[in-house]
Amino acid sequence: MRAEGTAVAGGAGTLARQALEVAAKDLRVEARSGEALPVILPFGATALLLLPIAVGADLPLLRQAGWGMFWVVVLLFGTLVAVRGTAVDDPAQRDLLALLGVDPAARFAGQTLASALLLVAFQVLLAPVAVALYDPGLTGWRWLGPTVLLVAVGLAALGSLAGMLTAGLPARGTLAPLLVLPLSVPLLLAGTQVTAGAAFGRSPMVWLLLLVAADLVVLAAGVLAAGSLDETTTR
Amino acid sequence: MESRLLPLTARPSARRRAAPASPPQRADHAGTLPGQTGPAGAPLAALRGVGVRLGATPVLRAVDLEVGAGQAVGLVGANGSGKTTLLRVLATLLPPTSGSGTVLGASLDSRARFAVRTAIALLGHAPALYPKLTLDENLALVARLLGERPGRATQALEVAGLAGARRRRAAHCSQGMLRRAELARALLTKPRLLLLDEAHAGLDPAASGLVELLVGEVRGRGGAAVLVSHEPRRLRPLVERTVELADGRLQPAEEAGHAR
Repeated sequence: MRAEGTAVAGGAGTLARQALEVAAKDLRVEARSGEALPVILPFGATALLLLPIAVGADLPLLRQAGWGMFWVVVLLFGTLVAVRGTAVDDPAQRDLLALLGVDPAARFAGQTLASALLLVAFQVLLAPVAVALYDPGLTGWRWLGPTVLLVAVGLAALGSLAGMLTAGLPARGTLAPLLVLPLSVPLLLAGTQVTAGAAFGRSPMVWLLLLVAADLVVLAAGVLAAGSLDETTTR
Repeated sequence: MESRLLPLTARPSARRRAAPASPPQRADHAGTLPGQTGPAGAPLAALRGVGVRLGATPVLRAVDLEVGAGQAVGLVGANGSGKTTLLRVLATLLPPTSGSGTVLGASLDSRARFAVRTAIALLGHAPALYPKLTLDENLALVARLLGERPGRATQALEVAGLAGARRRRAAHCSQGMLRRAELARALLTKPRLLLLDEAHAGLDPAASGLVELLVGEVRGRGGAAVLVSHEPRRLRPLVERTVELADGRLQPAEEAGHAR
């Protein structure tokens, strides 16, 4: 199951250089396509607006549900960021990268890095909207930084993995989010518990460790499976 | 054009070390080819009884093919005859379902095939360019991934006659320009095995010279080329022999007798 490619022989340095090149390319393509932030972010903000409209001006309820709603919206719409169309290489581009000696694991890592950066930006821009609409309180806000980062990495890795699994399938647009959402439950659980725990003065360290563990599992799965998945989907 | 190409081709590329080395052998186009074999006397590419099934459909059946160093082989056949599949097998991207083969000294069913991939250039039907990136950015990405200076991308585009369009996004280029850019990329990557699908598709007569330049350059370095075309007449000046794929089987092309 080891990722296959010439970068293996070149070592970790080559793998990292290739991953950075792939990430830079993905971010440049995304910047010119404007699929993630200009399109998906307003949808996320609109979704945050729906609950206050649905339940009315029940301020205690909104305050209590605030961070939970934030994480639900982050995972639902963040999934769309992670599996966005601009992150998908067509078969000719995949062949080209293979012939340039790009290790499939480096491709996975690069795509994950680009998606994670976009997801961090997505959450940073969405959080003030949640605060403005729900007034959830900012006690323990310092825990928000690492949580945002870890959720971004986990969701990005899941998106990249789902992208590899569904590469070339006609129903990719539907299948990839379907694969990501159930697997992102630990991220949702840990995200809500970190912010809730911090708000009530409990240490959220256990939940942060769960996030770290979930991220490591998905990253390891992606790196190890990348070669085999790439070989399967290029046939 | 030749002289402008020299700075691109004269510099040895570090990544070429990935492929098993063989001394450059220039083909004697008038007669037999003195250097038709690769390392240890083996052809640069050799397929033995290769079959490929895509799903339940047999696409290639018992294909035997040898391409020696300094050789260029033409490949013709009707639509759906398996030409593109055969090129992907030669590019090590598609493992055969049956049979065996070696490309640049690496067996097609071994992990060694990953190590020779950087010495192979495949130009397929669809351009392998990122539409949102400029031509310069597309080729600079290739250069950086190969450990080359990104500036060499600009040089390659100049050779391909795209100096004025290098800052244009691929999405805004015509098919002919995209094909030129792909040929420029192949010049940049300095392959030992060049696989060209629809070699002349979308190219005007002036740009066709670029194909000849590329094929000549690859052969001159002791590499080999397999060129697919629907126009065998345009292949003639470029290849020693032409083979035909019909229903997944390889046979000498009837009209290519001039070359054999």
